[in-house]
Amino acid sequence: MPRRNDISTILVIGSGPIIIGQACEFDYSGTQAVKVLRADGYRVILVNSNPATIMTDPEFADATYVEPITAEIVEAIIAKERPDALLPTLGGQTALNVTMELAERGAFERHGVELIGAGLDAITTAEDRGRFKEAMDAIGIRTARAHYVTTLDQAMDAVADIGYPAMIRPSYILGGGGTGLAADERQFRDIVINGLDASPIGEVLVEESVHGWKEFELEVMRDRNDNAVIVCSIENLDPMGVHTGDSITVAPAMTLSDREYQEMRDEAIACLRAVGVETGGSNVQFAVDPETGRRLIIEMNPRVSRSSALASKATGFPIAKIAAKLAVGYSLDEVANDITGATPASFEPALDYVVVKAPRFDFAKFPSVPPILGTSMQSVGEAMAIGRTFPEALQKALRSLETGRSGLNADPGELPLLELDTAEVLTRAATPSPDRLYAVAEALRRGVDLALLSEITHIDPWFIDQMLQLVEVRHELAAGKPERELLELAKRFGFSDGQLAYLWKLGVEQVQSHRDDAAVRPVYKTVDTCAAEFVAQTPYFYSTFEEESEVPAPAGRTVVVLGSGPNRIGQGIEFDYCCVHASFALRDAGYETVMINCNPETVSTDYDTSDRLYFEPLTAEDVLAVVAQEQPTAVVVQLGGQTPLSLAGALQAAGVTIAGTQPDSIDAAEDRERFAAICRAAQVPQPPHGTATSLQGAEEIADEVGFPALVRPSYVLGGRAMRIVFTVDELSEYLRELYGAVPGGEVDLSEAPVLIDRFLEAATEVDVDAIFDGDELYIGGIMEHVEQAGVHSGDSACVVPPPTLAPGAIDHIEAYTEALARELEVRGLINIQFAVKGDAVFVLEANPRASRTIPFISKATGVPLAKIATRVMMGASLAELRATGVLQVPARPDYVSIKEAVLPWRRFPGEDTLLGPEMRATGEVMGVGSTVGVAYAKALLAAGHTVPNQGALFLSLADRDKPLGMEVGGLFHDLGFRIFATHGTAGALVRHGIPATGVDKVGEGPYDPVRLIEDGQINLVINTPRGRRARGDGALIRKSATRHKVPCVTTIQGGLAVARSLTEDPSQITAVTSLQDRHRALGGPT
Amino acid sequence: MTEAHSSGALVLADGTVFRGTAVGVGGIATGEVVFNTAMTGYQEIATDPSYAGQVVVMTAPHIGNYGTSSFDDQAAAPFCTGFVVRSMSRAPSNWRSEGSFAGWLKERGIIALSDVDTRKLTRHIRDRGAMPAAIGAEVTEAELTAAASAALPMAGQDLTQLVTTARPYVRHPSGQARSSVVAYDFGIKRDILTQLTSRGAEVHVVPATTAAAEVLELAPTGVFLSNGPGDPEPVTAAISAVRQLLGKVPIFGICLGQQILGLALGAKTHKLPFGHHGGNHPVRNLHDGTVDITSQNHGFTVDLWSLTTGSAPSRRGVPGPELLPVEVESDYGAVVPTHQNLNDGTLEGLECRDVAAFSVQYHPEAAPGPNDAVRLFDRFAAVMDGG
Repeated sequence: MPRRNDISTILVIGSGPIIIGQACEFDYSGTQAVKVLRADGYRVILVNSNPATIMTDPEFADATYVEPITAEIVEAIIAKERPDALLPTLGGQTALNVTMELAERGAFERHGVELIGAGLDAITTAEDRGRFKEAMDAIGIRTARAHYVTTLDQAMDAVADIGYPAMIRPSYILGGGGTGLAADERQFRDIVINGLDASPIGEVLVEESVHGWKEFELEVMRDRNDNAVIVCSIENLDPMGVHTGDSITVAPAMTLSDREYQEMRDEAIACLRAVGVETGGSNVQFAVDPETGRRLIIEMNPRVSRSSALASKATGFPIAKIAAKLAVGYSLDEVANDITGATPASFEPALDYVVVKAPRFDFAKFPSVPPILGTSMQSVGEAMAIGRTFPEALQKALRSLETGRSGLNADPGELPLLELDTAEVLTRAATPSPDRLYAVAEALRRGVDLALLSEITHIDPWFIDQMLQLVEVRHELAAGKPERELLELAKRFGFSDGQLAYLWKLGVEQVQSHRDDAAVRPVYKTVDTCAAEFVAQTPYFYSTFEEESEVPAPAGRTVVVLGSGPNRIGQGIEFDYCCVHASFALRDAGYETVMINCNPETVSTDYDTSDRLYFEPLTAEDVLAVVAQEQPTAVVVQLGGQTPLSLAGALQAAGVTIAGTQPDSIDAAEDRERFAAICRAAQVPQPPHGTATSLQGAEEIADEVGFPALVRPSYVLGGRAMRIVFTVDELSEYLRELYGAVPGGEVDLSEAPVLIDRFLEAATEVDVDAIFDGDELYIGGIMEHVEQAGVHSGDSACVVPPPTLAPGAIDHIEAYTEALARELEVRGLINIQFAVKGDAVFVLEANPRASRTIPFISKATGVPLAKIATRVMMGASLAELRATGVLQVPARPDYVSIKEAVLPWRRFPGEDTLLGPEMRATGEVMGVGSTVGVAYAKALLAAGHTVPNQGALFLSLADRDKPLGMEVGGLFHDLGFRIFATHGTAGALVRHGIPATGVDKVGEGPYDPVRLIEDGQINLVINTPRGRRARGDGALIRKSATRHKVPCVTTIQGGLAVARSLTEDPSQITAVTSLQDRHRALGGPT
Repeated sequence: MTEAHSSGALVLADGTVFRGTAVGVGGIATGEVVFNTAMTGYQEIATDPSYAGQVVVMTAPHIGNYGTSSFDDQAAAPFCTGFVVRSMSRAPSNWRSEGSFAGWLKERGIIALSDVDTRKLTRHIRDRGAMPAAIGAEVTEAELTAAASAALPMAGQDLTQLVTTARPYVRHPSGQARSSVVAYDFGIKRDILTQLTSRGAEVHVVPATTAAAEVLELAPTGVFLSNGPGDPEPVTAAISAVRQLLGKVPIFGICLGQQILGLALGAKTHKLPFGHHGGNHPVRNLHDGTVDITSQNHGFTVDLWSLTTGSAPSRRGVPGPELLPVEVESDYGAVVPTHQNLNDGTLEGLECRDVAAFSVQYHPEAAPGPNDAVRLFDRFAAVMDGG
């Protein structure tokens, strides 16, 4: 069936901010779909609140709405843009949920919008576990025995039938939130109560446990002619019981016989038909009992997913792109396979390599959460690796994670394991955790029996034997010398030079030179969807150690862009955005572009983005090998965050040209002493500060700079381990903790010195993103933070244009930015953080590289900063770029843009929600409006905070926040809120003529704030902490608010912004304007 | 590795050498090298008689993962002459596994290589075509080179003689027989017999050279032409038998069976550059436009243009139906193409309009591969029922 000509405008819904369980895979999917629909002549309307996405770049859709993804606002967009059809399957659970809400409101009938891709019935059947089970029963596909309940009583009846252990799964939930395995009644009750609460429709499924079974996923595509193909099979190395997002997964499936696989395939296709997914991609999950082969279907997602992004990257079959084509009427055989160009998409990719995906965790950021994996997803990112064999791919995946490991042990990271007794090693191997595989390998090294390991881990013996082979090779290597035969053996099993250096007690450079002498070098093979059966047109490569390389000899001027690796807190989609822009800009400027990255979720690893894609770990060894192959003119390291920056030194040492700002400047900005000298030379004031190499030194410096002081270890990302201390005692306690010393013991700071800065209280923090070409500075934006200095910039909201900065301060900021850029010899981007008190401006830090705010500011102003910076890095001047129209300087916006951080508290309910110098946000949203209030209201809505406009406020303030607190209290009082407050705060309010009710301390009386929250009497909490140690009550109140979904603001500036947003006219908040219209009004690029 | 393995090699007729580790028996064997892109089903492939005279290269890197099971055998013994993989699993894992695949190959006397750059080998065959080769373990490369250059090409050999049954036998359905099928065994796969008997057919399996008169004596309700190895043209006895059976009894052919039917109808066959061997081949039903993903294993194809004065137009982009004639006239009336391969546009199925005969080039019985096309056996059952 050909293209549908009866529809012309299509609305695509994105997935909103990056949260655990829903990350940049939906930017990849959405970008592909928007591109392909537009290329097919459709008018595409896009809504997504996440400014860091490529899809929301104004050039992708015809009208882009960076607006909250709520039913009310999406309906406003529908009313304005009048789309004929809505494609709900590309924006994850967010898009499906809002689609169902829109349907319930009758929005589709009202505006004559047709759902394409998946109808409501299909969505409901797939999402509602009860209906899904019925649908599967009807076609004879086995599901786990289960009962679907809406009350605890029903749940108790259900478990009486099923027995323990029992699985509890809330309906309509993303990333497995609220899902859990209960071994007994006590656990069961807890999980059911949470699950009923977590499910938006208050229902859970109580299910037979398949814990420890093998887990598989099939990615299925179906078209309107009922043609169906399996794009990819994925086998989880971690058995059932660990969420797929947290599992190491392998493609294709490794341990199924053909008969088992074909039966699973038939069932997956039958499942799509029964659910009623007419067109597009779906993901179907199965559990297989390893003892009997008994197979159950677990669930299906009638939409593109994290797994479909992985499957697309793993096979070269672009699921989202083809799903979009199928949604508008094409059949699979009418769509060409891009990779071959000569065969249709109605086929099933054949893989002649192995793909391993490994999850990346950030448990260190959430100390209340034990690093144990379960059925609720906790990972924040993932890396994918391709090798010709599983052992090779596994080792590449593990080193791609950037967790300090060089592979599966045989590196310094194994040393702590060597000291454990075998019982402890086995306990660790048996406990699903981010590190369990290292314990499995250690057990194998000690000769623990394969069968025993398989029994305690439930990992399939085939995978354990493959790891055993790695351990055997390791023994062979350790017993030998760096000669050709062993080097080849090591490399074929994926050992990195780092591991070989460890095993042979050599330097990495020595291993490298042995390899050079023996000519043991990687070759590059193509991901071609067809196991070499047809000639591939698309240059998508991975390294391996075999005989034949398939990359053509380099021709022309090539630039390599280094991506940012797996997402983690502090380094996410924003940097991928910048890398993708660099690639586009370089292509525009006539370069051949080469991307190196290992994150399967991203747009940068779409084979369409760059001229050549190398899916490789971002380590010096792997990157230098690609550089040797490509012989690039330059390598771009300043756009992908810390990952590529940390490689700059090694690249430069190997004689590689770094584009733009040189590594020495990056070092000068990161090194406290050198940076202080730069500031002195540039005549830019810094807060008093010092660097300590001993505990005593730290105390002396703190005394000198004064308290409160900001302390942190040198060279860290995202404010890891940063803290504000108010006394000497707090300082030494912090340092002991940080360096793991026993209380009263010696703290060795000589290896990693500690930075101590005077913390400027009540200062406004400002972020600046600018481009410097050696002569001229272009300020991309000055962003004023809502929260004061001390809250990590990644966790704070920021406003552009800056609403409260004095003109004098802005003059200083501009002058200081230029002076620092000049002194640091920046060519390209620089991000500077300032603290502002009145007209006085102090520089906090300068980073001569892309910052997290580049996409936000680019969208706020309409100027594509990353693209312009890339051109500057390659030698263009801003004047030239203006003259050629690449840089079109816009007018000052007459609207306000706010970026708000999105934090994972719902996922980690035990965690204190206090904001601090350590970043914990997973994503961000953007709100745009005529005033700060409107923009903030939109940002809050987009971030998922449903702030009530009436009810009761609980206010508890630190003394320093009380002056501003009175204004906040007054505003809420005027809005009609009743105010409860702690005694001190209540007294201050009453003295200011604001009615307030004092409450008791937690646990000390009838008016206990935690009880008030639990009883549902409080609708909003503003709780600001008094320094680090004011943990007790505040923490309890904040956690209770999180648990009961009561919005909780932890800074007074945030509270003020919330109050102001509530005073806005609600019709302003639902008014929508596209980015294109806003930018056009600024006279910038359109 | 800790286990000591001897080295082995594959030497192609053009002199290219691929080295690996020997994981089967020692010695030398020759055959045409073909690659198979299926990711599962190595045992079914190894026992598919259609691989007689061929050395099979699996493109999927890990082979042997789920071990072996007699349940998967397609014939009593493997007929391929060699097996080449990237990584042979030593510890199979599956609830049904009876042993390792390497051990299975050894017990059956097959020479096999692991640790070969199978992708390079596949690209070589793709670009230069399937060619004769010698595979060997514990022998010198000089011996292999000599053997490779002496190896016979596939075209012109009647390989069905190596695999057909020596004498007829009967397979009964579990219940009451609804039909009686004579199956020409050119190398029939067990799963085909299972598909036929499970639809109530009593199947008389007969040798490839069985005369038409003998078949008609059995008064069958249908004749089945099986899959089989190599070039169909030299299988002359069967071709003439089919000419005598056409119009007298419904005929259904699979794979070599389609080629024999095509030759009987007067069409020509020709060799494909490297054949179709895998489980992911898209085949369009030209009648309703639907696409099945099919299991395939053949090196030759029927050229329906040979029954016309015209020739295939040159191909541009994704192949379309214009690459096949709409309808051709044969000695037995009109013949229409019914199925087409969407990768290269070749004929995948044909049907006679005036006599009851149809065939497909692919394997509806799967084993290994997808079950999408299994309903063709229903169609054969319906045709025999007079439907």
